[in-house]
Amino acid sequence: MTIAVLLKQVPDTTAKITVSGGRVDESAVGKWSMSPYDEYALEYALQLKESGGGDLVAITCGPARASKMLTDAAAVGADSLVHVVSDDSGIDSSNTQSLLASAVQRIGAEVVLCGKQAADTNAGSTGPGVASILGFTCVGMVSEVSAEGGGFVAMRTSPSGNEKVSVSKPCLFTFDKAATEMRRPNVRGIMMAKKKAVETLTPADLGVTIDSPRVTLESHSAPAEKPPGQKFEGAESVPTVVSKLRDEANVI
Amino acid sequence: MEVTIIAETTGDALHPVTAQLVGAACSMGGAPTVICPGGIGTSEASTISGVVKVISAEGDCFGTFDSGAWADALSPLCEGVVMTSSSAHGREVLAQIAAIRDIPIVQDATGLESGIKVTRPIYSGKAIETSVVSPPCAISIRQNAFESPGSDGSSDISTVNNSSDIGVAVKEALAKASERLDVGEADIIISGGRGMGDPSNFSHLYEIADIVGAAVGASRAAVDTWDEIPHDMQVGQTGKTVNPSLYIAVGISGAIQHLAGMRSSKYIVAINKDADAPIFGVADYGIVSTWEEALPSLKEEFGKL
Repeated sequence: MTIAVLLKQVPDTTAKITVSGGRVDESAVGKWSMSPYDEYALEYALQLKESGGGDLVAITCGPARASKMLTDAAAVGADSLVHVVSDDSGIDSSNTQSLLASAVQRIGAEVVLCGKQAADTNAGSTGPGVASILGFTCVGMVSEVSAEGGGFVAMRTSPSGNEKVSVSKPCLFTFDKAATEMRRPNVRGIMMAKKKAVETLTPADLGVTIDSPRVTLESHSAPAEKPPGQKFEGAESVPTVVSKLRDEANVI
Repeated sequence: MEVTIIAETTGDALHPVTAQLVGAACSMGGAPTVICPGGIGTSEASTISGVVKVISAEGDCFGTFDSGAWADALSPLCEGVVMTSSSAHGREVLAQIAAIRDIPIVQDATGLESGIKVTRPIYSGKAIETSVVSPPCAISIRQNAFESPGSDGSSDISTVNNSSDIGVAVKEALAKASERLDVGEADIIISGGRGMGDPSNFSHLYEIADIVGAAVGASRAAVDTWDEIPHDMQVGQTGKTVNPSLYIAVGISGAIQHLAGMRSSKYIVAINKDADAPIFGVADYGIVSTWEEALPSLKEEFGKL
């Protein structure tokens, strides 16, 4: 069984985001990391591989810098690495979905894992969109998954709590925060990963034509600055603050 | 401009975001049709002002949440701009409808202008993105970002039976650990951080929450440190992004990931013993105090309201 995990490299969640000239300034990002929800997907992909065998292929779609993240995935156990090289600014979500779906098809994976949304765009369209293009059953908001009788059992968040669901292949899981954090690589893993080849593919290699994006980015801007607040010393100020919440802010 | 809204439901009623979807559609000059999956909330939907018609989408597939099956059944009923809530379910269904119909998609809009110009937070609110998209397209909106219209409508309700094969089987439903208000739904949130010292001290937050009808949230540090604090309470970049009217942060220093998840709250109160804590940078009202001293007083004052 071939298992695919879809990963995205994003500014680390601790990174400060600055906007200059109407665009987020990527050159000011100090640290790039694997998107946090994708880390959970990778951990459970590794667990599926360990319990049932198979090949784990890590796939990303992104600019040249994203290659390093694939090496990080190899360091914890991904068997093969596929980098669909694209310029983020020139493609929209639909394009990304087509590229990733073609890459999954190319490697012949029957189960796909990814994060519920990336920590940069926060959209959450990629996983379900890829599932739809491929005709895979989509299970979202998953916190655990394991193989069972030729199919899978997953725990997912539901409006009323959690649900344990079963699903057959082919299928795609999108991960919320999971029960287990991603394992850390050991030294041997890191050394081996450095030698691992990254297969680089262009949209043309995948037979995908990238049309001009149908969602046109107009601008990025910094969030509106809040006016400075009022600060009080000591617990004796609590009644003052509560009266301000009632009379000034009208929120209670 | 034709707009198709997929209603968001909660239990056997409409979720308030459904009316906000109608408000958002009308604000950009749209004429919305509301589709109610599983036939839930149809009569309520028909009373929302501005709704052109209501479609009761009935079919066996709506008994279980399978976003692919739902999208297959609903997609043929969609025209023009397809809209949902940016809830987890809303996003998942919308992304699949967009893929099936091959239309562009923008998720989690907080502002819409005719054109269609869409504003949405990115990097969990550390930046704002403005983009332009033309119908037919798919747009999900954030809860509480748009005004609800009135309820003096009386549109027609038609029924369509259109099911699809389900690929997801629910083996076991596990209820939430508590029946408490969810941070994603609450208008007032009181959150605790690692500064609370011990998870048992969250009981003080629950007592105050009960007085004012608030939900109790937590920082990532608190969720990661203490097993007793479940992840569904986490506010921040890898938890929930919230925008209540009032957010009270207690013993939370204000890591950048936490601020990203709550900075769009209308009013923020911070209680922290460290006067230099970053949380004070976003607080409308900051109280430099230990929680041990401040919370009893806060409870007393809220009790007087």
